[in-house]
Amino acid sequence: MKERVDDFSTRREHLKKMSDAELKTYFLELSEKIVNPLYDLAYENTSKSIERSVLLRMGFSSIEAKAIVDHLDEKNLLRKGAGHSVYLLSKQHKISIREAGELLISGEGLDYVKEYFLNHE
Amino acid sequence: MNKIQPNEKLNIHEILKDLELYHPKRRGWTWRTIEPQKIGDFTYVQASPSLKNFVPLPSARNLNNIDPQPDAVITTEIASGRFEDDIRRMRMAAYHGADHIMVIRTAGQSHFDGLLEGTPQGVGGIPVTRKQLRAQRRALDIIEEEVGRPINYHSYVSGVAGPEIAVLFTEEGVNGAHQDPQYNVLYRNINMIRSFVDAAESKKIMAYAEMAQIDGAHNANATARDAWKVMPELLVQHIINSKLSEKIGIKKSNICLSTVPPAASPTPDIKLNLPYAVALREFFSDYKMRAQMNTKYMDSSTREATVTHVLNLLISRLTSADIQSTITPDEGRNVPWHIYNIEALDTAKQAMIGMDDLLSMVNLKDVGYLYDKKREIQERAILMMEEIIEMGGYFKAVEAGMFVDSGEYPARNDDGISREQDGGVGAGTVVKRDNDYLAPVTAHFGYNNVEQYNPEFVDNPSLLIDGCTFEKPDMIQFIDELDDSDNVYLRMEKTEKYRTGDIVKPEVEWLGDGTVVVDLFFPTSIRIAEAAAIEAGKKMNLLDVEVIHKEVLHPSEGTRVQIKGTFNLDIDVKSLVLPEEVMVHSAEEITEYVKKHHIKVIAGTAGNDEHSVGIREVLDIKHGGVEKYGIKYEYLGTSVPIEKFVDAAIETNSTVIMMSTIISHDDIHYKSMKKLHNYAVEKGVRDKLILIAGGTQVTPEIARKNYMDQGFGRGTKGIHIASFILDKHKEIYSK
Repeated sequence: MKERVDDFSTRREHLKKMSDAELKTYFLELSEKIVNPLYDLAYENTSKSIERSVLLRMGFSSIEAKAIVDHLDEKNLLRKGAGHSVYLLSKQHKISIREAGELLISGEGLDYVKEYFLNHE
Repeated sequence: MNKIQPNEKLNIHEILKDLELYHPKRRGWTWRTIEPQKIGDFTYVQASPSLKNFVPLPSARNLNNIDPQPDAVITTEIASGRFEDDIRRMRMAAYHGADHIMVIRTAGQSHFDGLLEGTPQGVGGIPVTRKQLRAQRRALDIIEEEVGRPINYHSYVSGVAGPEIAVLFTEEGVNGAHQDPQYNVLYRNINMIRSFVDAAESKKIMAYAEMAQIDGAHNANATARDAWKVMPELLVQHIINSKLSEKIGIKKSNICLSTVPPAASPTPDIKLNLPYAVALREFFSDYKMRAQMNTKYMDSSTREATVTHVLNLLISRLTSADIQSTITPDEGRNVPWHIYNIEALDTAKQAMIGMDDLLSMVNLKDVGYLYDKKREIQERAILMMEEIIEMGGYFKAVEAGMFVDSGEYPARNDDGISREQDGGVGAGTVVKRDNDYLAPVTAHFGYNNVEQYNPEFVDNPSLLIDGCTFEKPDMIQFIDELDDSDNVYLRMEKTEKYRTGDIVKPEVEWLGDGTVVVDLFFPTSIRIAEAAAIEAGKKMNLLDVEVIHKEVLHPSEGTRVQIKGTFNLDIDVKSLVLPEEVMVHSAEEITEYVKKHHIKVIAGTAGNDEHSVGIREVLDIKHGGVEKYGIKYEYLGTSVPIEKFVDAAIETNSTVIMMSTIISHDDIHYKSMKKLHNYAVEKGVRDKLILIAGGTQVTPEIARKNYMDQGFGRGTKGIHIASFILDKHKEIYSK
C-alpha cells in the first residue's frame, strides 16, 4: 500500500466514544463481514486436493486418489465430485467402491461416467 | 510392545513392526486437568496432576524430587529430519513435561500437490507421511502410558494438499494442527482462492476429529521488519482465521490463537508486549491462547534466548496461556538438538511453577499506560478491518499489499506482502460445484447433493457407501515405502550398533552423529579467537569444525567462542570402568533414623596434616554436611594423633569416626587407616565403631582394603556419608 503517515488520531474519531464492550462487539461484527464471503466461496467450490481427500476417505490410497482425480479433471468432471463418479459407477455396475475406483484408475470407466453425467444435466 | 519401564530403551524396530495393522487408540485434543495440587509442603494453584514417570528440575534434588506440573499444555517441536531418532527425543521430552509434540515438515512439503509416502529423510523437518505419523503415534501411545498423561501429537495442515493431510491426520490420531489459509497466501505464495477453499474442507475435517487448531498469525511477527508495529494486524489475522473456523464448526474451545510477544529486550519488552497480550485476550476471550515464544529477535546465544523466553512466560502468567509453547534456545543457530528441547521445556516448567498464582498477588492496572495502549491497539485493528471492507474484502486487501507492512496501521510503508488473486501456486485450480455435486463421505464441507440418492442420508453422507475410513479404519490403505534408496530401514542399518546401548557415541540429534560442542575463551579479539577456536577443534581431532556462537567479552581482552565438531570414535561400554554406585537415602529417612538413635561423630584430620576444608564440607550444616541430618559431631581439628580419635570416641560415647587424610606421600594415608583400625581393636571397641576415611586420594576400595568400613573421595557430599552411616549403624546395632 502507498506510503502514508499515521493518522490514527483523526481516523479513530468515531471509535473514541465507544465503551470497551461496544468496541469488542463492533470488532466481531466487522470480522463477520470479512469472513462471510470467504465462507460462501468455499461452500460453492472444490479443488483437486478436496476431491482426493474424499477418495482417501472412501478407502483409496494417496496414489490411487491422485490417479482418479487427474483422470476426472481431464474430463472436466471434478465439478460433479470425484467420489460421486466412483459411487455412480459402483451403483450402476453393481460393483464395490474399490472396483469402481479401479475402473477409473485404468481409464475404463471414464467414458461411462462422462456420458451419464451429460445425459443427466 | 505396549508397556515400557524407565530403564528400558524404546525399541524402534518393534515400533515399525506390523505397522500396517496399527490404529491409534483415540482422536481429539486433550487439555490438562487443571486443579490445585498439594505436593510436599506446597500448594500449587495453576497446576495439574504430577506424572507417573518424570525427570524433575535439577534443584528438585533438594526438595524430595518433586516435579509439580503447571496448568498449561506444554509444547515442544521435534523434527530433526529422521523421525526414528525423534521418537527417542519425544520420550525424553515427555519425561520433562511435554504433552504437546509438534512435528515440523520438511522444506518444500507445503508445495507438494498430494501426500508423501514412505520415510525419506527430511531437511529442516521431516516428510510427514502416513508411515511416519503412524510410527510416531504408536510410540507416543506407549510413552503416554509411561508418563501417565495423554500426549497431543501435532503437525501442519497447510500447503496445496491441506484437505488430504487433514484426512490423514484424522485417520492417524493426530490431535492438533496448524491451519490458517493466510499463512499459505502470505508466506507460501499459494493462490488465495485455492487456499481458502481448501481451508474450509480442512477445518471441517479437523472439527470432526476434534483437533485443536492453531493459527499462523505469529509468522507476521517473525516476518515484519519491526515486529512490534504489526500488533494491530495480528488481531486482524487472528480473527479472520478464528471466525472462519468457528463458522465451519470447530468448537471455540479448540480454536487457538498462536500469539507471540512481538518484541524482545533490549526493547522495553514488557512495556510493548503486555498491552498487546491484554488487548488480544480481551477481544478473543472465547478462544484459547497458544502462547508462542519470540523467535524474531533470536541470535546464537542460548542464554539470551532463554531470558527472552522467561520474559515471555511472565507475560503468559500475567495474562493467560492454555498452551505454552517452547522454542529451543538453539533455534537461532541450528535445527533443534535434544538437549535444547529439554532445556526449553524445563525453562517453561520452572518459570510457570515459579510464577504460580501470580495474579492473586498483583493486579494489572485498568487506567493509565497499560489501558490506553491496549485500547489503541484494538482501535487500530478495527480501523484496519474497516479499510479491508471498504477496499472490497480480504482478497482485494491482500492484492493491495495491506498485510505485513512495516508501518503500524494506519501508517503504511509500501512494503507489505502483495499477492494476486489469479497468481501463486495452484492459481486457477478451483472448480465450481454443479447442482448434482456429491461427496459420499463424513466431514465434508460445503454443497453436497446427497438428496438425489437418499434424502435420509443428508446428515450422514458416508452411509451411501456403508461408511468411510473415519468410521471404518480398516478401509485405510497403508503404503510402506516408495523409495528403495531413502528410507528408515537403510538409515537404521547404518546406526544399528548404537541401538542397544553397548556402543555409545556423543549425539545431538541423530543416533551416532558424534557431534560435540566445545566452549572456549581466548584472551584476544573476535577475529583471532574465531580462527584459533577452529584450530583448537582440529587439534582435538574433531572433524567438520564450525563456529556456532561467539561473544565479545572485551574487544581486545577476550572472546568466547563455541565450536561444534564431530568426535568420530566409538566407545565400547564393556571397556568402561564404572565408579562404585553410592546408595543415597532421602534426607527425611536419615533425619528420622538419627532422631531415634544416638549417633555421634568424632572427626578430624589425621597425622601431620593441616588440611581442613574438605572435612568441614561434609560435617557442617552450612555446606550440607552430616550435621544437616541431625548427626552431632565433635571436631578435633587438624594434625590429630590417631589414638586420639578412638579415645575421644570412647570418652564421648560416639559411634562414628570420620578421619580425613589428604597427604598421600609415602602411603601415609594407608598407614593411618590401618593404625586407626588396629588401635580400635586394641581398645576392644572396633565392633561398635564405624570407621570412615576420606580425602582427595581416597577411594572406597583402598579404604576398605585398609580395614576401614568405607572410604570417600573427591565429590563426596554429606548425604553420601550420612546414608552410609545409617546403613552401617543398622547393620551393627540391629543385631
